[in-house]
Amino acid sequence: MNRKPMELVQKSLARRYRAERRFRFFGVVSVIIGVLALLVLFFEIFSSGLGAFRQTHIQLSVNFDPEILEITDAHDATQIRSGNYEGILRKALAQRFPQVSGRAAKRELNGLISIAAAYDLRAELADNPELLGQQKTYWVLADDDVDTYYKSLQGDKPFTARTSEARQAQIAELINQGEIRTQFNWRFFTSGDSSEPEMAGILGAVAGSLLTLLVTFVLSFPIGVAAAVYLEEYAPKNRFTDFIEVNIANLAAVPSIIFGLLGLAIFIGFFGMPRSIPLVGGLVLTLMTLPTIIISSRNAIKAVPPSIRDAAFGIGASKMQVILHHVLPLAMPGMLTGAIIGMAQALGETAPLLMIGMVAFIMDIPNSISDSATVLPVQIFLWSDSPERAFVERTSAAIMVLLVFLVCMNTLAVWLRKRLERRW
Amino acid sequence: MKKLLLALTCAAGPLISGAAIGDSRDHIMVVGSSTVFPFSKVVAERFSLKTGQKAPKVEPTGTGGGFKEFCKGVGVGTPDIANASRRIKESEFKACQDAGVKDIVEVFIGYDGIVIANSKKAEPIALSRRDIFLALAKVVPDPKGGEELIANPYKTWKDVNPELPAKAISVMGPPPTSGTRDAFVELAMEGGCKAFPWIAALDKSDNARYKAICHGVREDGAFIEAGENDNLIVRKLSENPNLLGIFGFSFLDQNADVVRAATVDGVEPQFETIADGSYPVSRPLYFYVKKAHVGVIPAIQEFLAEFTSERAWGDEGYLAEKGMIPMEEKRRKTVAESVKKLEPMSL
Repeated sequence: MNRKPMELVQKSLARRYRAERRFRFFGVVSVIIGVLALLVLFFEIFSSGLGAFRQTHIQLSVNFDPEILEITDAHDATQIRSGNYEGILRKALAQRFPQVSGRAAKRELNGLISIAAAYDLRAELADNPELLGQQKTYWVLADDDVDTYYKSLQGDKPFTARTSEARQAQIAELINQGEIRTQFNWRFFTSGDSSEPEMAGILGAVAGSLLTLLVTFVLSFPIGVAAAVYLEEYAPKNRFTDFIEVNIANLAAVPSIIFGLLGLAIFIGFFGMPRSIPLVGGLVLTLMTLPTIIISSRNAIKAVPPSIRDAAFGIGASKMQVILHHVLPLAMPGMLTGAIIGMAQALGETAPLLMIGMVAFIMDIPNSISDSATVLPVQIFLWSDSPERAFVERTSAAIMVLLVFLVCMNTLAVWLRKRLERRW
Repeated sequence: MKKLLLALTCAAGPLISGAAIGDSRDHIMVVGSSTVFPFSKVVAERFSLKTGQKAPKVEPTGTGGGFKEFCKGVGVGTPDIANASRRIKESEFKACQDAGVKDIVEVFIGYDGIVIANSKKAEPIALSRRDIFLALAKVVPDPKGGEELIANPYKTWKDVNPELPAKAISVMGPPPTSGTRDAFVELAMEGGCKAFPWIAALDKSDNARYKAICHGVREDGAFIEAGENDNLIVRKLSENPNLLGIFGFSFLDQNADVVRAATVDGVEPQFETIADGSYPVSRPLYFYVKKAHVGVIPAIQEFLAEFTSERAWGDEGYLAEKGMIPMEEKRRKTVAESVKKLEPMSL
């Protein structure tokens, strides 16, 4: 009697094992595809962006000649400001390459170094007034064309399209004498945007992103949590709350550019706030992240076991005490995780910021939420759109900075969850 | 929990104190054309480095979007300068006037030229705007005559114009998102399109249809979209002598060793021919200044002086290096003079 079902089981067993293996295999393949895609992306970005962290410099012996500089007193700030630093750099270059003659050739020679070099010398002289009239050797910043060409020399096909033969010979001479080298590119991390690739930095965009996210977090977290607590703990179950619930879910799926239009109409149009400031950016991103935070906070509150509430009520706690002393602390890891994921999303947004003017060329580094600013993804977009070749590697480097930020935020989310999580 | 609340309040403190917003601005606000954007930002940067002023904020909104913001009214919340890759339209000027933006200073800064070029290894080619339109349009007038439109049947340049070589039509150009493409379509293709009187008449009667005919680029593979990288087009041209490419004049200037520009309507694109307007595929670049803001927003006049200085827009200035085509010296002098006096424009 018993043999028949057993036989059936035995017969189907092999097939079920096969199905099981196939099922597992699909899972493994999906994971591999995901990991491969990530690796290819990382490889692309890292291989093209690493170059941006090193910048070409040229050794020059500069004479702070008071006559060319037109500076008589190096302690006078206005004289320091208006000095002719390009003049002493030009002279230094002419001395280094005495064979160059003719107007066009001299112009090209002067193009070897970046315009930043003159401002670096100005800062140097302002800090050390005793240098006036002295000769000193510096590693000055090279022009972006020189930088691109010099870096491409290591590859198998040098990029010569924008470097004339005369200049190639000059660079070859510098290489022979060891007077050209790459240095770590501090400027990339300490300066704002620039129209010259060799001077462009990421700090302005990083500061803008941080200020914008600060506004977003400070507004959206308390509001989101308060809304979630009310909806979960106090709100009666009726048509109206159902309606609110549906709308929150809908808002979470609205394309982000809509929030930008809303922000433009309300914050800039109606309240008359200035364009391009992190405050408005933060407000717009708050609207965008609120639904995410409310939904995740509600789920976190739902996950607190009813026994804890019951016990608190049992010893006579009021509803507010139950929520503040027991429910919220237990739900906090979940709520924070939701908030940080919402923030990470906000960090990567460009579309809504386009409408409120944060897609712009801004050189200065913002100090407060009412200074004009741009954000990391916008900076990446602007650089990727620039014609200068040296911006290609900078674009990838900026993506790396953005990725580092995202990894940090997600690590923070995991760490907070681990630390605050309580088991029962 | 309490600690967290405290931390939040602490974080909110500086935010609120920092948020004194509204009645003054310490930097110049520039909006408008993305073609002028790279030029405007170099000047902004040099101006700031030189004077120590806060750098102007330059927003690439597109010419039309820029005027919309610019003409919203007078006040620190509105832009001081609008960049444009065409002259201000009468409707825009009127909108400005209606909003109280009475005195506008027009600054003509230079030109932007677009070239159609091929490899130096190939034969030089001479095109007319009519040839360009017939070769690249999506629909063309029926070659048999009449006012009928048919899908572009031309396969080789010889089909278009018997004087041209019997090579397949294959042109590489920028995608529709690019300003270069807009200008090319408007200046070269529309120019050729107007050569047909009955289509030119449509401009008045059925503008939408006129635009569709004149601005539609063929999608059957003869026109290849290359992405916004003009350098890539130049490289492809040097590899393939049968290919033609469309890109900004600055790239021709930089790559004169590998590519040669086609003449359009018999004129070769050069600094001089673009500057005097005889080369047809070029457009003027402008910016507009709100006179009411001069003196209210700091350093507008200094910014104008930097923009109109020889070291910026001169023949060997840094704007020419970034690809802008300067106008003749005499014209520069006149414009700089009138800018100095802040003479308001009229249409």
